[in-house]
Amino acid sequence: MIRDVIAWFGDADHWQGASGVPTLLGQHALLTVVSMLMATVVGLPAALWLGHRRRGGTLAVNLTNIGRAIPILALVSLLALGVFGTGAFGPFGRSGLATLVTLAVFALPPIVINAYTGMTDVDQDVVEAARGMGMSELDLLRRVELPLALPLVVTGLRLAFVQVWATATIAALVAGPGLGRIIVHGYESFQTAEVVAGSLIVAVIALLLELGFIVVQKMIDPLPSGSR
Amino acid sequence: MLALVAPASSDNCLTRNEWICGKYYSSRAGDLTDALVQHVGIVVASVLLGLAVAVPLALLARRYRRFEGVIVGTTTAIYTIPSLALFSLLVPLTGLGVTTVVIGLGLYSLTILVRNMLEGLAGVPAEVRESALGMGYGRRRMLWRVEVPLALPAIMAGLRVATVSAVALTTVGAILDYGGLGDLLVDGTTTDFKAQVLATSVLCVLLAVALDLLLVGLQRLLTPWTRAVATR
Repeated sequence: MIRDVIAWFGDADHWQGASGVPTLLGQHALLTVVSMLMATVVGLPAALWLGHRRRGGTLAVNLTNIGRAIPILALVSLLALGVFGTGAFGPFGRSGLATLVTLAVFALPPIVINAYTGMTDVDQDVVEAARGMGMSELDLLRRVELPLALPLVVTGLRLAFVQVWATATIAALVAGPGLGRIIVHGYESFQTAEVVAGSLIVAVIALLLELGFIVVQKMIDPLPSGSR
Repeated sequence: MLALVAPASSDNCLTRNEWICGKYYSSRAGDLTDALVQHVGIVVASVLLGLAVAVPLALLARRYRRFEGVIVGTTTAIYTIPSLALFSLLVPLTGLGVTTVVIGLGLYSLTILVRNMLEGLAGVPAEVRESALGMGYGRRRMLWRVEVPLALPAIMAGLRVATVSAVALTTVGAILDYGGLGDLLVDGTTTDFKAQVLATSVLCVLLAVALDLLLVGLQRLLTPWTRAVATR
């Protein structure tokens, strides 16, 4: 079994062409990054502003629960058959647009909840002091609250990024693009080695992403650990 | 036979491939019920499996602090493995069957269950623990009669999240042909069968809501003392 998997990785055919690892990896990364950008552009400003105004707490909590309940497969199927069609969408491949939107929706809850919690967790005394010093609301948000909320904001982005990377594989179940294609092809042709090889690529990169983010997070934390 | 039937039924919502189609529900009720039953079975089995593993893990992590980091770390690492990949990595060990789906989903639920159990137990006030000790409660009796009941809201919250996400994730089991409603979902998408995709999607969400409400009810029954004080 292990030997078969190693053999799969060693086969040059798996590293070139439209269904080779580099192409699929590129599709997968592009999907992840673009859908993350979509979710961040939509969700982050809204969450920061709501957190700044300390409004919409119930919304944030409900969003977590809804996020867990969304059957991602159902959403991508509905979008593919309904609004967006299964046609190829630029570099994103078949069902590209449906996959992108689904992943963006999936990324929203962790981004919004963590950014919101980070903002509302900022010490009220600090906020009052900044106001007393005559800071404008926008300056207060940008120069006091955001830096203090940054660790949680980045946690949200990290969770969303890793989840989206991992979930993008599911797109292949409905003929979508990305590394999931390797896994699905392996199942369809009863080649367990291929299934395991595809899964390993996705899982190992997911873990690396997680670790990379943790390192970045340590670097940007404005307060050294232990002082909170 | 087919030729006789075909003209009469050629123009209906099934042949027009409409999203909402009464004929679909009447003609495929059996398929839908079978898929729903399988879906519920997989969810229940995997959450029970998760619970059976999470309880000893949580107790171990609490009793021996040095295991806590390892246990919480490992269960969190499992959670970052994509569901499709986790099922696939289990295939060489557990085969191409329903076992793989149940074990995979059970592993996922561990993260949430263990974390909430530890959080709940850590939230028991020290004074309560001391009074129990003062009343002569032993370690085991204190755990089951004092600490677990007080940690129940947090534990149940974890159970709800684990169940709801298991309902969503079960659909991915379609890759192994054991995805409950997911099988019909994938089949509907690949054959462009709109009525089936909509019906199974809606059923999935309804199932998640129904199980969640069931657990809320169970929690109210188990923790009668919280009702008068707070409505959480």
